[in-house]
Amino acid sequence: MKDVIRRVAADPLGLMGLCLVTLMVVSAVLAALIAPYDPIALNIMDRLQGPSWSHFLGTDQLGRDLFSRVLYGGQVALKVALVSTGVSLVIGTVLGMIAGFGPRWFDNVIMLFFDTIRSFPTVMFALATVALVGPSLSTVIIVIIVTQIPTYGRVVRTQTLTIKSSEFIKAEIVMGASTFRILTVHILPNVVGPLLILASMDIPTVIALEAGLSFLGMGVKPPTPSWGSILNDGYTLIRITPWPIIAGSIPLVLVTLGFTFLGESLRDQLDPKLRKSL
Amino acid sequence: MLIYVLKRIGLGIVIVVLAVSLLFLMIHMVPGDPARILLGPRATPEMIAHLSLKMGLDQPLFVQILKFFGNLLRGDLGMDVITNRPVAEIVFGQLPYTLWLIFTAITGAMIIGIPLGCYSALHRNSILDRITGIISVACITAPAFVVALYSLLIFAVWLRWFPAIGAGERGQFWDQVAHLVMPAFAIGLAWVGYLARLVRSSMLEVLGDNHIRTARAYGLPESTVVYRYALKLAVLPTVTVIGVGMGFLLSAALFTEIVFARPGIGKLIFDSITTRNYPVVMGSVLVSTIMFVISTTLSDLINAWLDPRIRAAL
Repeated sequence: MKDVIRRVAADPLGLMGLCLVTLMVVSAVLAALIAPYDPIALNIMDRLQGPSWSHFLGTDQLGRDLFSRVLYGGQVALKVALVSTGVSLVIGTVLGMIAGFGPRWFDNVIMLFFDTIRSFPTVMFALATVALVGPSLSTVIIVIIVTQIPTYGRVVRTQTLTIKSSEFIKAEIVMGASTFRILTVHILPNVVGPLLILASMDIPTVIALEAGLSFLGMGVKPPTPSWGSILNDGYTLIRITPWPIIAGSIPLVLVTLGFTFLGESLRDQLDPKLRKSL
Repeated sequence: MLIYVLKRIGLGIVIVVLAVSLLFLMIHMVPGDPARILLGPRATPEMIAHLSLKMGLDQPLFVQILKFFGNLLRGDLGMDVITNRPVAEIVFGQLPYTLWLIFTAITGAMIIGIPLGCYSALHRNSILDRITGIISVACITAPAFVVALYSLLIFAVWLRWFPAIGAGERGQFWDQVAHLVMPAFAIGLAWVGYLARLVRSSMLEVLGDNHIRTARAYGLPESTVVYRYALKLAVLPTVTVIGVGMGFLLSAALFTEIVFARPGIGKLIFDSITTRNYPVVMGSVLVSTIMFVISTTLSDLINAWLDPRIRAAL
């Protein structure tokens, strides 16, 4: 693992990705210490200001400091990215391993379930769910988990099927190893690498989806700051001030760029064959 | 091939049936009376009673699903609770706007992305190749609604080059084209990057193939080898990728239609959610899902037609 990080850091794009992701994580975790203002404190006297030394990114229509809101918005993005990716990774891995290692009929059932979930355009599925149960961050997280499970499940299943037919697994079965042991000791370590690459490349999609739903007013409820809701404010004020749009979009684009560079670099480092062809 | 086609279409139908059932069950799993949920807060007790009877809520769930499918096969997606018009009529009235937008965006992306990818592959590791690579990734990662917001801000609010909202006057071609430019750009930008990268990698692969080496050995001009033989094969994956990417295109179109207040299926879903017009929400999501399944099935069939190894996998 140390070696992989060292190799990623040696690649200029990987290093850039690593720096952007670290910056996002650190600024989100330390938001309470770094943010100069309370992100939901109203200050009507200072509303719609441009960037200045007292407000780095200006203020919104209620006089709230946009820099502070961006920092706290990072917490929401980080929370959604970690929780939804983590949970869908675990469920997808378990289902994928069972599908790959279990009986054929069970594999078919799980694959059909995956295909059904994937048949919905993600944002529309999210909106249909939100329409029925109401907008909230939990709804967004649950929708993302459900729609991401097939992505991880399919990769794990393919890996499991490949490893399952190898000689050492056949030997383990002959020696009487339990299915649980084979799955956890032999198959799991072999699927972790591809999964980590996939997860790091999926995080930008997840963050953009959360921001998109919050932009539509279907995610985080006001006044909680999120990059999407800052962009929504910017959309309403587009003819008056560009700063909320700039403030909300910069971290969103930088983070998605950071995770993509990191994911691509990870993939290139772990798969030299791809590195040659790309 | 025929067996594969039948199997793949069969799978597509099963997936549509399951997806529709899932949507149907979602309405029933939500706590409360489904008729009340579907009709929203405007519902009167008479309306609820009428819809309950029409939906057959007193009957077993299995019968209800069958009835739902029966209506669906007849093209009946229910009634709009606000205008009392058939949902199918509303959805299919908006669908051409979305399809036209997606078509324009993807055509534009192909016109720019394919030559860009081709150039990168032919000048591999050059400065321009690296710049194209970084720009491609940047384009891919920029969410459609952010691109849409910036387009609106720069080209409509600041420069006033393009109209900001709507789809243009009916019957006025150039007005409609002017209204289409920015939304299509917002959706297509990510695809420019994606197609450039895809064509670059498949071009590099094709250029190393034996038949290209043979063509070169025959002394054919480099331009003939590249454009007549290599590019033809290298652009094939884009056809299938676009089919599978229909879900992303529909999602991007939804955001873009909302930002530019442009009619279309995405705006219809959003407006219906805000007015709690659930039959229209469900009808629109259903039609989008069916469209997505058809496009992935078609792309799989094209893929199988091009590559016989895939046929054996199903």
